[in-house]
Amino acid sequence: MPRIRRELYSKEICSCSIFGAMNQGGERFNAAGVMRAIANMHVRGNGLGGGFAAYGIYPHYSDYYAFHLMFTGKSMQDRLEAKAELEELLCHKFDVVYDEEIPHEDESTMIDPPLIWRYFLLPHKRGEEEALSDEEYIVSKIMQVNTKIENAYVFSSGKNMGCFKGVGYPEEIGQYFMLDRLYQAYTWTVHGRFPTNTQAWWGGAHPFSLLDTSIVHNGEISSYGTNRWYLEMYGYACTLQTDTEVIAYAADLLMRRQRLPIDIVAKILAPPIWNAIDRMNQSERKLLTTLRMVYGPLLMNGPFAIIIGQTGRMIGLTDRIRLRPLTAARRGDMFYLSSEEASIRLISPELDRVWTPNGGEPVVGELNNMRTVLQ
Amino acid sequence: MARAEEVNGSGSLDDAPASPREVEIDAADQDTRALNDRLRELLLSGVEKVVIRNVCGQRYIGTRLYTPQHLKMDIEIFGTPGNDLAAFLFGHKITVHGNAQDGVGNTMDAGEVVVHGRSGDVLGFSMRGGEIYVRDGCGYRTALHMKEYEDKRPVLVIGGTAQDFLGEYMAGGIVVLLDLEERGHQANFIGTGMHGGVIYLRGAVDGSQLGSQVGCSPVDPSDRKVLDHYITRFLERLPEVGLSREEIINSPFLRLTPKSKRPYSTLYTY
Amino acid sequence: MKSFVFPEFQIIRDEEKCGQCRGCERQCAFGTHTYDPVADRLISDETKCAGCQRCVIFCPKHAIVVRPAPSFYRPNASWSREKLDDLKKQAETGGVILTGSGNDKPFRIYWDHILLNASQVTNPSIDPLREPMELRTFLGAKPDIMDISAGDGKVEIKTEIGPNLMVETPILFSAMSYGAISYNAFGSLARAACKSGTYFNTGEGGLPKEMRQEFGRCAIVQVASGRFGIDAEYLNCAAAVEIKVGQGAKPGIGGHLPGEKVSQLVAETRMIPQGTDAISPAPHHDIYSIEDLSMLITALKEATNYEKPISVKIAAVHNFAAIASGIVRAGADIIAIDGLRGGTGAAPKAIRDNVGIPIELAISSLDRRLRGEGIRNRCSIIAAGGIRCSADVVKAIALGADAVYIGSAALIAMGCTLCQKCYTGKCNWGICTTDPRLSGRLNMDIASQRLANLISAWSHEIAEMLGGMGINALESLRGNRDHLRGVGLYEWELDVLGIKGAGE
Ligand code: SF4
Ligand code: SF4
Repeated sequence: MPRIRRELYSKEICSCSIFGAMNQGGERFNAAGVMRAIANMHVRGNGLGGGFAAYGIYPHYSDYYAFHLMFTGKSMQDRLEAKAELEELLCHKFDVVYDEEIPHEDESTMIDPPLIWRYFLLPHKRGEEEALSDEEYIVSKIMQVNTKIENAYVFSSGKNMGCFKGVGYPEEIGQYFMLDRLYQAYTWTVHGRFPTNTQAWWGGAHPFSLLDTSIVHNGEISSYGTNRWYLEMYGYACTLQTDTEVIAYAADLLMRRQRLPIDIVAKILAPPIWNAIDRMNQSERKLLTTLRMVYGPLLMNGPFAIIIGQTGRMIGLTDRIRLRPLTAARRGDMFYLSSEEASIRLISPELDRVWTPNGGEPVVGELNNMRTVLQ
Repeated sequence: MARAEEVNGSGSLDDAPASPREVEIDAADQDTRALNDRLRELLLSGVEKVVIRNVCGQRYIGTRLYTPQHLKMDIEIFGTPGNDLAAFLFGHKITVHGNAQDGVGNTMDAGEVVVHGRSGDVLGFSMRGGEIYVRDGCGYRTALHMKEYEDKRPVLVIGGTAQDFLGEYMAGGIVVLLDLEERGHQANFIGTGMHGGVIYLRGAVDGSQLGSQVGCSPVDPSDRKVLDHYITRFLERLPEVGLSREEIINSPFLRLTPKSKRPYSTLYTY
Repeated sequence: MKSFVFPEFQIIRDEEKCGQCRGCERQCAFGTHTYDPVADRLISDETKCAGCQRCVIFCPKHAIVVRPAPSFYRPNASWSREKLDDLKKQAETGGVILTGSGNDKPFRIYWDHILLNASQVTNPSIDPLREPMELRTFLGAKPDIMDISAGDGKVEIKTEIGPNLMVETPILFSAMSYGAISYNAFGSLARAACKSGTYFNTGEGGLPKEMRQEFGRCAIVQVASGRFGIDAEYLNCAAAVEIKVGQGAKPGIGGHLPGEKVSQLVAETRMIPQGTDAISPAPHHDIYSIEDLSMLITALKEATNYEKPISVKIAAVHNFAAIASGIVRAGADIIAIDGLRGGTGAAPKAIRDNVGIPIELAISSLDRRLRGEGIRNRCSIIAAGGIRCSADVVKAIALGADAVYIGSAALIAMGCTLCQKCYTGKCNWGICTTDPRLSGRLNMDIASQRLANLISAWSHEIAEMLGGMGINALESLRGNRDHLRGVGLYEWELDVLGIKGAGE
C-alpha cells in the first residue's frame, strides 16, 4: 500500500527463549553446551530467528573493534554493491587491519542467508570528529551505515566479542556458524525467537548489540513508542522494527554514555511502583522519585526478561512485576540464566544454587579477575 | 519411541492386568508430545504407575490423561519437568524428584502433586481441586485466582516462601506457607483482589505487603486443626525436610482472608 | 443527593385506552410503573425507564408510548446530551459508567458502504430455489498440500488433517455466558444451534452439566481468564475450545459478574460459591506473551487429546493483525476477531465507545496479512462484532472471513431491544438476567424457534446473493473481493478493504 507516510512505525512483536552461560573464572568454552540448552526450549521459538553473543572470542584482535556486517538484498549483485559502498566508508573513516567472510556451513541449509563479513578496525578520526571519543565516533558511524547504506547492516561492533544471528532455530544458527567448533568464549548468551510475523530478515534476530553491549530479550515492550521517541533525541536511529533495539540503546545511553551503574539502570528500566516508593525512607524515596522524573520515558513497560552481555559481565533483568520468566543458577565458576530451569539442568545436572530473581532486580555475574580476559 | 521396561507384572501391555502394574520409561530425547502419547497409551492399557527418568523440560505431563472412564495413574518424575506440569489434572498423582518450572497445577481439578524441590511462577493458577506440596519455595503469582466449589477445595502447601502477587484474585482454597528456613516472607501485593479462600503464613508479614482487600489475623484453634492436618500430610510426603510436626506447628501463624466477597462492588455508577 | 440528570424517556399513557390492568407494572423490573389505588390510575416514574419497550409491546390496550424525552439542554455540538448526563452521573456517584450491548456511536459502518455484485450475461446467475447452493464450511487448520499415495487403483491420504468444525451455514452464535444471560436464553441458543447445524459458544461461564450430553456436540466451550467451570470433562464434551483473550466491546479489560447474579445454578456451572463476584482478570495470568499463549493452546490440545480445534478470540485493535499472525503460529486452528461494535453484558462505556477498530477493516487486513505470510490455510477466521443481516455476512466472507459470529443479532431475535441495561440484571425480556421471574418470560421452545428461523432466513438470503453472483458454493466467495465495490469511501479505506470503488 502506498501510504507508508502515515505509518509512524511498525514493529514486530516477538517473544522467545533466552539463555546465558558465563564462566566467571574467565575460562573459555565453545558453544556446544549452550546450543543444547537452547534447543531444549525449542517449543518457545518458531524457527524464525536465533542468535548468539560471545565474549572473549577474538583474543588476537582484542584491541580492535570487531564489526560484523550483514549484506542483504535479493541478488548477490545487491550484496556486493552494498559491500563496496560500505568498504568505501570504512576506508575513509577507519583503519581496517583485517577482514574476512565469517566462516559458515553450506548456505543451502538456511533460508536466504545474507553475505556476512567481519572487519577488525580502529577509528580514523579527522577534523571536527577528533573531539569525539572513539566510542561516540563508532556509534555515529554505525548509525550512518544502518540508516544510509542500503542493504548493509552492522550487527556487532564490540571489542573481543561478536554476535552471530539469523533466521532459523538457534541451534541451526549455531551450526551454520560452527560456534561449537570455531570459537571459545567466557560468556555466551543465546536467543530463540518467536516473532509474530515472518519477514525472514536476518537482522531482526537477537542479540541486538552496540559496541560491547548485547541484549537478548523475551517479551514485548508496550512503551516502545515512548522509549523510541526519547532515544531518537539522543541520536539513536531505531531502524530494526523491534522493541529489543530500544533496550540495547537505552543500555548504551545509560551505561556507556552516562556511566550509571547497573543497579541504577535496572531501577530506570524497571522502577518500583509508586506505592512502594512512597513507603521507602526519605533518601531512597528521593532517589527513586528523581529517577522516575528524569528517566520516565525509559521505563520499559510491559513484560520482559533480558540478558545483557558486556565485557566481563552478564546481567539478567526482568520487568518490575516479572511478567516473563528467568531462572538463575550457579555451579562453581559457572553462572547461568535461562527462561527455563530444565535447560540449565541439561548441561549442568548438579547446581549449587537455583533461584528466581525478583522482578526489577538485576542478577549480575562478573569475571573474578578482568585481567584474565583482557590481557 | 519410548523404551518401556516392565518392572512389575508380565506379558505384553495388551493383557488386561488384574493387579496394579508399574512401568518405567526413559524420557531422554523424547519430546513433549511423544512422552504424553506414551503416558496416555499406558493409562489406557491399564497401567497404574509410571516412573519417568531423565525428564528435561517436557511440558504438560499429566494433562492428556482425562478419560471418560476416569482412569487414574501414579507418575513419578526424575529430572526437571517442563511448564504446565499437571495442567487440568484430573485426579492423578504426580511426584517430582527435582525442581518444577512454571505453571504447575494450572487449572488443576483433582489429584496430587508433590515436588521434592522448588517450583516456579504461577503455581496453582486457577486451581479448583487437589493438593500440591512443594518442599522449597515458589515464584511469582502463586495461587492466582485459585477457587473452590462445594467439596472441591484446593490445597497448596509450600515449605519455603513465595514471591510477589501471592494469592492475587484468590477466590477459594487453602494456601500454607511454612517458611521452614525462616527467611521471612518478602512477597509484596499478597492477596490483591482476594475474595475467597485462606492463606496461612508461618511467621510475620508487614501490613504494607498485603493487598488492601486482605484481612490479617492470628490463627484460632479451628485453623490449627486445618494446619495440623496439612502439615502432617506435607511431612508424610516430604520426610526429608527433617522437622517434626510439633516443631512446625508450635510457632506463630497468621491467617489472611478477604475482607469481602465483593471486592469491587463500589467501582461503578448505577 | 438530588440527581441533576434528565429522564431519558418520556412515557405517554393514553388514559382513554388504559384499562388499569396493571400489566405494565408487572412487566417492568425497573419499577417504572405503579398503580395509584386512590386515583385508580397508573403512574410512571420516567427516571427509571430504560426504554426497553417491554410494556409497550405487552400492553393489551396499546395504551403506552415510550419515546426519547423531548427536553433538551441548549444544543451544543461538543457537549452532547449524553456527555452531559454521564458527567453528571459521575459527579453524583464517583463511579465508572457501565453500559451494555455494543458501541452505539456513529463510527462509519463499512457494510453500508460496500455493494455486492451480480451476474449479467457473461456468466449466469443461479437460481437458489432449484440449483444446489452450498453453504457448508469447515473451520480449522488445513494443510498446504495433501500427500497421497496411489497404487493399485486405490488412493490413500497420507496427510493428516487436524480436527475441524463443520457448519452448515457460516453463522455461529457468539460467546454469551450463562450468568451474563439467563438459563433460558443460553438453552435457546444451544437448541437453535443444534437444530440449525451450527454452533453456540458457551462464553466463560461454563456449560451446565445436564446440557452436555445433548448440546455438547454443537458447543464451543470457552476458556477465559477467569477459568470458570473448566475441567477436563467440560473441555472434552464440546466440539471445540476457544481461548478468549479479548472482546470487541472491551478490549484489554476483564470483567466481573456481580455476586447478585451468581445464583445457585450459575454457581454450580461456574463452580464457584454462590453470591461471590466472578472476576475475570484483564489478562490470562498464565499468558503474558505469545509463547505463553502457544503453551495454553498446546495444553488444551493435550487436555482434549488433539481431538478438538482450538480457537483464539481477540479484539480487533490497532496492530492485531501481527498479533493474530503470531496466534496462528502459536498453533490456533481458528481465530475469532471481534470488532469495535461487538456487544457485551457489561463494559465501562469509556472503553466500549473508544477502543478497537471496525470489524470490516479488521477482517480484510487480517486476511491480507495471513495470506502475505503464507499461513492463511493454517487457520480459519470467524468475524464478530456488528453483523446485522445476511448481507453483512456475505460481505464479511468476501473480505476474507470463513464464518461469522452473531451475538446482538441473536439476542434481538429473542426479543432484545438494545436498551443497553444488561449490566443491571433486570432485563425485562428475560435475556440478560438470572432472576427466575424475569428469565421465565423467555420460553425456550419459542425463543429457539425464533433463532432457528433467523438462521434459516439469513441462509436463504445468502444463497440468493451467492446465486446472483453466479456462485453456488460458499468457498468461492471467501476472499472474493472482486464481488465488492465501495461507495463514499476514502482512498485509504478502499486500500485497507482491498476493494475497488463503485464503477471502477
Ligand atoms: S399495561 Fe396498558 S392497559 Fe394495562 S395498565 Fe399498563 S397502560 Fe394500562
Ligand atoms: S438483553 Fe435485555 S437488558 Fe440487554 S439490551 Fe437487550 S433488552 Fe436490554
